[in-house]
Amino acid sequence: MKAFLILEDGHVFTGESIGAVKEVISEIVFNTSMTGYLEVLTDPSYAGQAVVMTYPLIGNYGICREDMENARAWHSGYIVREIARTPSNFRSEDSIEHFLKQQDIPGIQGVDTRALTKILREKGTMNGMITTNEDYDLEEVLPKIKAYKVTGVVKKVSRKEKKLYKSELEGEAKKVALLDIGTKRNIVRCLTKRGCDVTVYPATTTASEILRDNPDGIMLSNGPGDPKECQDIIAEIKKLYDSDVPIFAICLGHQMMALANGADTEKMKYGHRGVNHPVKNVEDGKVYISSQNHGYVVKQDSLPKDIAKPLFINVNDKTCEGVRYLNKNVFTVQFHPEACGGPQDSEFLFDEFIKMMEVNA
Amino acid sequence: MPRIKDIKKVLVIGSGPIVIGQAAEFDYAGTQACRSLKEEGVEVVLVNSNPATIMTDKNIADKVYIEPLTAEVVEKIIVKEKPDSILPTLGGQAALNIAMALEETGFLEEHSVKLIGTSSLTIKKAEDRQEFKNTMEKIGEPIAPSEVVNSVKEGLAFVQKIGYPVVLRPAYTLGGSGGGIAENEGEFCEILENGLRLSRVGQVLVERCIAGWKEIEYEVMRDANGTCITVCNMENLDPVGVHTGDSIVVAPSQTLGDKEYQMLRTSALNIITELNITGGCNVQFALHPESFEYCVIEVNPRVSRSSALASKATGYPIAKVTAKIALGYDLDEIPNAITGKTYASFEPTIDYCVVKIPRLPFDKFIKAKRTLTTQMKATGEVMSICTNFEGALMKAIRSLEQHVDSLMYPEFENQSDEEIEQELHRVDDRRIWVIAEAIRRGISLEHIHKITKIDLWFLDKISILVEMEQELKDKKLDKEMLGKAKRLEFPDEVIGRITGHTEEEIKELRIKYGIYPAYKMVDTCAAEFEATTPYYYSCYGSENEVVSEKTRKRIMVLGSGPIRIGQGIEFDYCSVHSVWAFKDMGYETIIVNNNPETVSTDFDIADKLYFEPLTAEDVEGIVNLEKPDGAVVQFGGQTAIKLTEALLKMGVKILGTSAENVDAAEDRELFDEILEECCIPRPKGTTVFTCDEAIDAAQSLGYPVLIRPSYVLGGAGMQIAISDKDIIEFMDVITQHKQEHPILIDKYLMGKEVEVDAVCDGEDILIPGIMEHVERAGIHSGDSISVYPAQSITPKNQRVIVEYTRRLAKSLHVIGLINIQFIVYQDEVYVIEVNPRSSRTVPYISKVTGIPIVDLASKVIVGATIRELGYEPGLQKESEYIAIKMPVFSFEKLRGAEISLGPEMKSTGECLGVSKNFNAALYKAFLGAGIDLPKHKKMILTVKDSDKLDAVDIGRRFQALGYEIYSTRSTCKTLNENGVNAHPINKIEQESPTLLDLILQHDIDLVIDTPNQGIDKSRDGFLIRRHAIETGVTCITSLDTAAALLTSLESGTKDLHVIDIAAI
Repeated sequence: MKAFLILEDGHVFTGESIGAVKEVISEIVFNTSMTGYLEVLTDPSYAGQAVVMTYPLIGNYGICREDMENARAWHSGYIVREIARTPSNFRSEDSIEHFLKQQDIPGIQGVDTRALTKILREKGTMNGMITTNEDYDLEEVLPKIKAYKVTGVVKKVSRKEKKLYKSELEGEAKKVALLDIGTKRNIVRCLTKRGCDVTVYPATTTASEILRDNPDGIMLSNGPGDPKECQDIIAEIKKLYDSDVPIFAICLGHQMMALANGADTEKMKYGHRGVNHPVKNVEDGKVYISSQNHGYVVKQDSLPKDIAKPLFINVNDKTCEGVRYLNKNVFTVQFHPEACGGPQDSEFLFDEFIKMMEVNA
Repeated sequence: MPRIKDIKKVLVIGSGPIVIGQAAEFDYAGTQACRSLKEEGVEVVLVNSNPATIMTDKNIADKVYIEPLTAEVVEKIIVKEKPDSILPTLGGQAALNIAMALEETGFLEEHSVKLIGTSSLTIKKAEDRQEFKNTMEKIGEPIAPSEVVNSVKEGLAFVQKIGYPVVLRPAYTLGGSGGGIAENEGEFCEILENGLRLSRVGQVLVERCIAGWKEIEYEVMRDANGTCITVCNMENLDPVGVHTGDSIVVAPSQTLGDKEYQMLRTSALNIITELNITGGCNVQFALHPESFEYCVIEVNPRVSRSSALASKATGYPIAKVTAKIALGYDLDEIPNAITGKTYASFEPTIDYCVVKIPRLPFDKFIKAKRTLTTQMKATGEVMSICTNFEGALMKAIRSLEQHVDSLMYPEFENQSDEEIEQELHRVDDRRIWVIAEAIRRGISLEHIHKITKIDLWFLDKISILVEMEQELKDKKLDKEMLGKAKRLEFPDEVIGRITGHTEEEIKELRIKYGIYPAYKMVDTCAAEFEATTPYYYSCYGSENEVVSEKTRKRIMVLGSGPIRIGQGIEFDYCSVHSVWAFKDMGYETIIVNNNPETVSTDFDIADKLYFEPLTAEDVEGIVNLEKPDGAVVQFGGQTAIKLTEALLKMGVKILGTSAENVDAAEDRELFDEILEECCIPRPKGTTVFTCDEAIDAAQSLGYPVLIRPSYVLGGAGMQIAISDKDIIEFMDVITQHKQEHPILIDKYLMGKEVEVDAVCDGEDILIPGIMEHVERAGIHSGDSISVYPAQSITPKNQRVIVEYTRRLAKSLHVIGLINIQFIVYQDEVYVIEVNPRSSRTVPYISKVTGIPIVDLASKVIVGATIRELGYEPGLQKESEYIAIKMPVFSFEKLRGAEISLGPEMKSTGECLGVSKNFNAALYKAFLGAGIDLPKHKKMILTVKDSDKLDAVDIGRRFQALGYEIYSTRSTCKTLNENGVNAHPINKIEQESPTLLDLILQHDIDLVIDTPNQGIDKSRDGFLIRRHAIETGVTCITSLDTAAALLTSLESGTKDLHVIDIAAI
């Protein structure tokens, strides 16, 4: 069946329908990773977005459910050049085509994803519609597409009840509170395998509820959407900050922590979505390749100098990739040290978080 | 860190002659690195024995030494030039070994020379088997259970513990020389003995066989600050067991999930961190196909063939960045030259699929064993880029230029199903075609996978191509079907063949349906950032993104494709220099080529680079887009020449010598007419089509005769026949491929061979020099020792040669280069071959005379005259230096290959000996080719009957040098009768001790064995020569070569006075 991708600027790409057959309007973003498509599909940070994979051959190694970063996929739509007819990997349980159907995600293949990516790069992230309706009327659909906005996604993707994940190590465990504003499973795994008992809290949990459980440290997760939309959560984060419990925050958590401390965020032209971004630790000059997925960024010069200082910057565009809060056991990063997909180069940051909790104890 | 200021003068060591396992990739890496160093204001001193390289040009390095690559020579250069540093990681294993030797003896320290890039400790940790094993164990990186053994006895003891099969890898050898997989004790002992001998340190690693696992490579970079990135990972279609150089390789990996990908990536980074590598490095893994178990196979602490491939596959210039790191820069300080917006610490990500296929030399060595093992056999490779794997595979197949343009291989079509299934068990260069045929026969992919261990993903892709063939057969060729076939990169001709149409009809249909190739950019970042680098590939079903605004006149230069015997790196040298010359003249240049190892396919050589197959259809797509004002075919060897007619049809003007005149030189009758007009004699000859005609012709000319197809390079298919029987056999071989042109038969004259390269501007000619071959006619010029200036040609004959050259160039209306081969026989000059194009000797003669021939020829092609360019026409003044070009062979890599020399070229590379003194030049040339005698002063001399008398003199001279001579009965008898003391020794089939025993005792220096002309039926001679080669004994098959060696030995000179060629 034919499918169409209609961009808000009027560009139309024709391809073949894959996955669920339904019409969807969403934000269109591109991801440049060559592996890890399932991790991308199940990363809650993509809620409200349809993702273009720039690598043209997707689904080669099938679906290995244990690699899912959330119980379900969160994409609004999936745009690829070609999906593999016969996936091949010893762990593969399913094909991506079937997975998309099961997850009710509409997709389109046969798209010149490079041409599409160039449009998004030049004009910036925009909205689009995936449809199988051959008789679409541009005049009619374009205003609808333009009107779309990603909203309310954090609460949508966050878990509804708190849950404890036990440490994988013997001996006394550190107690970590993880605020789920769209967390990937691997953040939990990175902590439990380092000897932490991790309690995951819904996004709506108040600071006092969390603090009442006496955590040794607090983790703020990644997540979708515009951070400024979540003023209520930001207010609670400020309270967590004031509590003096060590905090490590990733991605959306990093942005919210900055907002909680008076800094500002802005939407990027087309964001960073891939697993090849070099970030430089400005304290020791070391550079790490990181996994990234963000459309918003903390404005570097908006950080109050008496409260925080840059910890990481992006080598390419010099944007803010991490913040250390002064005289506090708090540091935050924009990228994903938990990887999955992507390089494991910065996973040691979890060790630093553990160390921070130990020193604070 | 910023640049280290006290690095001011750097010695770069090249990789020497092209041999299997060490080819053009090091010229590419070295050239890029030298340019990168010069960009930083560093003075570059270069040493390489290979004159056909671009790195040995004076515009690439400041001081250029074309000298034998030995520790002694490099010491002399260091003493003379006093560099402060050596960069040893760009010249492959050859350079690394020399640097290590100098470091170990303390020479470097004594002369205050630092190794930059990577330290000797690092090199040792990565290269020494035991140290490497210890290091891996220390950081917990798994390697296959293994032990380094120093003797066969030790080996047998170890193998008893781990069981067969086992892999053997000698330490410090290139291309896995001497390695292999042993299934039993017999094989084990044979490979181990050989490996112990080939290893520089007499060590061989014996390890658990992990054949059948996935073979994955990572190209990684690290700076002194500890920042690591992976440039690219690659997956071999052929599982572990086939050398990666002989494998079909795809980038990026296709069947690895993110978990496997990151696991191996992390491992690679841990390894280079522990080894403390600064620069580029290659890590090879074996990954169990059904678990996360993996082993580290090997680490190369230097740039390599794989890094050249990774550079071309991603656009990331590994050698350039390696050089910058060596100067002290960190990755985040080095701008990415492709985007200009990102830095070298940004990991490339690609949005296409890359396939590399090796070019194997079995078309040249029909007798050699085709089986692929851990011993590399390929002479070159092609790479292709497409948005899907199937398309990339199809493009790579036709880039190989091996008469195959799809997965259909006629030879297998006639085999029975059982035979095909049997064939599947054979691991050779034709495996993918066998698999395709097996799929056609309905053999299940699972079954094929079980036999071949090739991942089902790849087999499915091959199946998709086979299904497409069937669909084309069965269904209507409508727009959708044609579009689909083109997306899978089926050439028009193949679609036509399957559907019963002509290529032209398919092309018309394509135009009717509006199906055209689109061109996409290679930009290192999957379009995330705007890039300006004009590096393109084609695909179908996509939007074109190449803008072709013409501001200047545009010239298209066709490259020379994969490196093969007969068409080597010299044509890349010519292509690159012509591009530079045209740029210099203000033209916009476009290069089309498909060889990832070369300088020409570096993204900043031409104004635009199209990485595409060199077929008419592929080139036409580019022509339609770029509308070049002209194309140049005379620099890209036969590959480019073959495209002439097609280019003319497309309406592209051929710059330089016209197509008709190129034709006239190749077409026997036309050429005979021209010779007659010019009053130039040639050996009598004629053209034939059939075997009967050939026999008649041969008989009327009188044996021996030379027989060969027209339009070939490197003497492919050329043979000397001494009887009707030979003619029948040769004709059979030649006519295996469809011959569009007649077959040539000439009287064979055994005279002195002379060669000339000349530039002609239509009026005047410029001859930089006359080269003379040491071996008499009958041995391919590429395999002969060549001497400039000619030593034994009388002034009268020199004048005749110049005059003939002038007449031929004029009557063929040559504009640009011409190469002519002459025979001087009984004081008469004959012309034997004319090639109105660049030749193998162009780089060599350019360097030694200091006359930039390609530059001049290119400028002449676009209208300049020789006088305008500042040269007086005619034969140029002789250089005060004598330069001797020595062919270098790779026979030890090719089990079963016939090594005796003849009219068909067999050498893979060459080296040069330069000196003011003939004997010193000769000594250097032999030394550069690895011949350093005497050692034990024992030799074997067996010759064919017609050489017996000449052998007496040779024998006498060796005896005078103190050699003990062993000969088979009849040669021995002749020698003894003539007063040469030779020991008789039994032939192989006679009782022990035989010749073979003698060779295997390892105290023979030299074997001189001249085989019978024609097809040598003597298995004895063949075995002697093979065993000599495989045990590392110098083996000479021509008495002329032997005489040259004697001249060198007799002079006793060991003069290694080094000469800066850049100053000539």
